[in-house]
Amino acid sequence: MATDVRQGDISTSRSRRLSKHALLIVFGVVMLYPLLWMVSSSIKPNEIIFRDPSIWPTELDLGNYVRGWSALSHPFHYYLWNSAVIAIFAVIGNLLSCSLAAYAFARMKFRGRNFFFAAMLATLMLPIHVLIVPQYVLFSQLDWINTNLPLIVPKFLAHDAFFIFLMVQFIRGLPRELDEAARLDGCGHIRIYWRIIMPLSVPALATSALFTFIWTWNDFFSQLIFLTDPDLWTMPVALRSFMDGQGETAWGQLFAMSIVGLVPIFGFFLAGQRYLTQGLSTTGFK
Amino acid sequence: MSEQTGALAPSSPLHQNNRLRRFLAPRGPREDRIGYLFLTPWFIGMVVFTIGPILASLYLSFTEYTLLKPPEWLGLANYEQMLADPRLHKSLGVTFLYVFVSVPIQLILALALALLLNRGVRGLSFYRSVYYLPSLLAGSVSIAILWRQIFGKEGLINQFLAMAGIEGVSWVSHPDFALGTLVVLNAWTFGAPMVIFLAGLRQIPTSYYEAAQVDGAGTVAKFFHITMPLLTPIIFFNLVLQMIGAFQSFTQAFVVSGGQGGPSDSTLLYTLYLYQRGFGSFDMGYASAMAWTLLLIIAALTGLNFLLAKRWVFYGN
Repeated sequence: MATDVRQGDISTSRSRRLSKHALLIVFGVVMLYPLLWMVSSSIKPNEIIFRDPSIWPTELDLGNYVRGWSALSHPFHYYLWNSAVIAIFAVIGNLLSCSLAAYAFARMKFRGRNFFFAAMLATLMLPIHVLIVPQYVLFSQLDWINTNLPLIVPKFLAHDAFFIFLMVQFIRGLPRELDEAARLDGCGHIRIYWRIIMPLSVPALATSALFTFIWTWNDFFSQLIFLTDPDLWTMPVALRSFMDGQGETAWGQLFAMSIVGLVPIFGFFLAGQRYLTQGLSTTGFK
Repeated sequence: MSEQTGALAPSSPLHQNNRLRRFLAPRGPREDRIGYLFLTPWFIGMVVFTIGPILASLYLSFTEYTLLKPPEWLGLANYEQMLADPRLHKSLGVTFLYVFVSVPIQLILALALALLLNRGVRGLSFYRSVYYLPSLLAGSVSIAILWRQIFGKEGLINQFLAMAGIEGVSWVSHPDFALGTLVVLNAWTFGAPMVIFLAGLRQIPTSYYEAAQVDGAGTVAKFFHITMPLLTPIIFFNLVLQMIGAFQSFTQAFVVSGGQGGPSDSTLLYTLYLYQRGFGSFDMGYASAMAWTLLLIIAALTGLNFLLAKRWVFYGN
């Protein structure tokens, strides 16, 4: 920044820099402390959880994981699998349906495009609660309650407008020369979409896939409503019934299974945080 | 921007060739048909899962409907009942309190941390990740369970308080504090708006600061005359987004209060009460009236936000 810094300024700026880092680190520790404490508590015996606020585990006892895993009527991986099936189909559905719509909005000229685009944006603000009652009525008439269909089929019909918007923003930023060159070579829209735009949109697709997975994995409201049969329960619904059933007598086991439920999100966060933060930033602009 | 302008500059000889231009950026009935083909999934989803349900819930809001019998027309009775329903009033109060306290706290934290991180801090991406992680986790049942323990009678907070010789209450089961634990949980998710603020700060051209430097502006002047005005569109964007989101909070209040919204309805968020009426007692007509009211409240507040924005959001020129 400044080129002619005097000697005194250097030492004050260094101490300011250090104190800033100290502040940022202390704040980060406070932020993460509950998570770290949950992890360390999950490997402590239950009676210690209520006495030990430190995050240093005094002993390594995996009993909570073993007992928690089989505390419900199905082993815990059964619920993880149910969640994973829904999340994977949701990801595939969103990627296909939202990218088709996004291509049309970003690259084609057709009558009513601006109107439809505005309608799509308006649905971004729509609370799910306005839709859930009639959707429930519809799904119960189709006999879809207690199946995965209410959680999967809408994803194949571009119901998550947020991802259309995200992909439109991204595709608009791709150079048009590429489309035009492809057209000169005789490609139609379907080939341009699939052979040119899709491969170039991998960052936007990755962002959409990660967010879809994480939000579906965390989703509780619609899974609670559409999946009442305990054999279909997903991980969050099962966890919640675990808590209400065993109550506060089994915190260690509850913590252990809660952590198991968070592991996939944490893994995807580590693998794809670049896409998550970039995706979040691009939706705010342009 | 004109969509006609493709890659070729208007002056280019290729571009003056109308047939080529039409070939590169075609329009007409055939193009319409292909466009609609691409949009077909979205059209179907829009009609079946969005527009249909919106209209259906408007209709249902004027009926009594329990799924067992066909809906029975009631006129405005559900809305009249809402005016006289003390739990509904309580849930509205709880929700407004929650939104108007938790969103400002979350955004102020987000802005403060973004400003701290902005000016070339070493390890920026590390800090950003640490602060952002809770935003991804906070919506889960796992974290709600954790919160219930942390703020319980023998929870983490009270263990620390005990070290200072203070005996804490059970925060989650105290009517004065239970909602506060949810506000803290929402504040914990400041990372998502912070990431958006950081991206916004990066868009401010450094030349503005250099020019101000030349004019002798200090740090404070630069902050109030450059950073803040240029950041107001982002603040506005985050405000609208987080407010709409906060109105729809459900999972945390549901899990922390065991589905009840207690103690003494102090965490009975509007969506939680809607769930109880719609899917606890299958009072679908009443729940629809509540849903439509929520839609109108969110639309009105968003509209108000946009109106007020003219007074404080700076859009440059």
